[in-house]
Amino acid sequence: MSQTGIVVIDDEIQIRKLLEITLRSNGYQVSPAATAGEGLVAVANHSPDLIILDINLPDEDGHQTLMRLREWCAKPIIILSVVNNEEDIIRALDNGANDYLVKPFRTGELLARIRSALRNAALEEDTPVIRCRELEFDLAARVVKRSNELLKLTATQYALLVLFAKNEGKVLTHQYILKEVWGPGFADQLQYLRVFVAQLRKKIEVDVNRPEYIVTEAGIGYRFVAREA
Amino acid sequence: MYALSSSSFVLNTKGWLQVLVSGRKMERKIQFLLSVLAVWLVAAACFLFSGYIGAEVVAFILLLTLSVLAMSFDIFPVLLAAVLSALIWDYFFLLPRFNLRVGNTEDKIMLSMYFVIAMINGVLTFKIRQVEKTAREKEEKARSIRLYNTLFNSLSHEFRTPLATIIGAADNLLLNPSPFSEEDQRRLLTGISVASLHLNQQVENLLNLSRLESGMLQLKKNWCDISELVYGTLRRSEEQLKAHTVQVSIPENLPMFRLDYGLMEHVLYNLLSNAARYTPPGSEVVIKAGWVGECIQLIVEDNGPGFPEEEIPRVFDKFYRLKNVPAGGTGLGLSIVKGFVEAHNGNVMLKSRLPSGARFVITIPTEILLIKPAEK
Repeated sequence: MSQTGIVVIDDEIQIRKLLEITLRSNGYQVSPAATAGEGLVAVANHSPDLIILDINLPDEDGHQTLMRLREWCAKPIIILSVVNNEEDIIRALDNGANDYLVKPFRTGELLARIRSALRNAALEEDTPVIRCRELEFDLAARVVKRSNELLKLTATQYALLVLFAKNEGKVLTHQYILKEVWGPGFADQLQYLRVFVAQLRKKIEVDVNRPEYIVTEAGIGYRFVAREA
Repeated sequence: MYALSSSSFVLNTKGWLQVLVSGRKMERKIQFLLSVLAVWLVAAACFLFSGYIGAEVVAFILLLTLSVLAMSFDIFPVLLAAVLSALIWDYFFLLPRFNLRVGNTEDKIMLSMYFVIAMINGVLTFKIRQVEKTAREKEEKARSIRLYNTLFNSLSHEFRTPLATIIGAADNLLLNPSPFSEEDQRRLLTGISVASLHLNQQVENLLNLSRLESGMLQLKKNWCDISELVYGTLRRSEEQLKAHTVQVSIPENLPMFRLDYGLMEHVLYNLLSNAARYTPPGSEVVIKAGWVGECIQLIVEDNGPGFPEEEIPRVFDKFYRLKNVPAGGTGLGLSIVKGFVEAHNGNVMLKSRLPSGARFVITIPTEILLIKPAEK
């Protein structure tokens, strides 16, 4: 099996070096690029499995690059940036980024995010069964089991949980979730989402206060995590 | 509580003065109007009683009015009031009344003296105020210089110490790779890691401070689940608090509140990180949440050594650090707590806890949303 390829687009040479070493030693094949232009070429040439993209690039705004990439590339994109404000993060996620990590980052965290983005990408479209640790989703039968036990869920709870599972490892913004589950008119009704997330956590988490499945991204949204054993 | 804001006063001096100056300009017209009005009103009152009091007493009353005006108004409105009052005095009170002519020599002397005294009065009072203002500005300048010195001392210490560790350890590893035992290598690397994380927190605090100081801080309030906030923050502080016992007490039926989640996370994080740093291992840290009327109340307390009573009023000041505490903070954490809480129109108080320890109480007025019991 060929190695998983990652294109790193970042203008800082130190960061490129660091990522090259880190990723290579974890078995990924790395193609670094210093500008948006080089990056687009690298993605086109190498067709990587994942792209790590900086927002501050010398030749183009990274948001722009992200949108251009998304026109023809469906592979997971992780934004890695010093920009740490909620607007930029939400904008990047709305423009199709799978994840957003702020520099300085912990290596372990970056690797976990990469694995989870790759796993999500590997999920087949229209797969009838999704497994996330103890949870098993049977989308055809519209049931969710936890350790082989049927979970009793209301229609909304089910819709929310399935949305999470289908986007495992991806940060979903509050607005996106509200639109998908409740409808476009509910985009700013965060209170509904908070209530239902609390209810779901009671049903699926081992410790409600240390959620392992539905993780809060402060001020941004939620991420559904299925860490491999 | 109010004594605590002294430092933010200093850093905001510039903006504050600007407000004052522009306030002056706007007030100019009003000052002229008020001076004229005051002189006329006082004169009219005296006129009503002119059957009982002589012209000399009226002169004193008018001079008193001028002095009062001079205490708060600019010089030109006061001079106008002086001229006006002299004319009024002459016209309405000095014999012969109802014209500007002055009868005898004594009255002529009195009128000229009145005029001179009124002018001197106005000018002198104004001068005194100007001297005071210069002194105040000098004092403020001195205070901001002191503050910047503290800033630079604090920053150079807090940034250079971790940088020294990082540079030193990295040099060691680069220059003599062979003589180090695996354990020593590991130690050096751990040093780099710890120092950089520390540095990162300092940068975070400084950035937050500049967000506060710039006045560009815009709250992004939305409905917050307090359990989520508290446990989420605890998770971030887990590593720092691993030697401590943490207790959380949040009522089951706690409503949702509209707060800026990100800022509140910083507030809690800084309080927890302080508790972790300044209480001995094994200490207990308690987080409580509740609501009083339309306010959310968050309490973070510990059973550590607490704060000396005399230092409590200053702990929220920027760059203030307790005497006799180990190095490792910028003295920014609590001022950011205070700034972010006040941005929510709330307040934070530090109280001593009995028998020992510190208790931070945050109270924020906010909208409340009661949650219906969860569907089963």
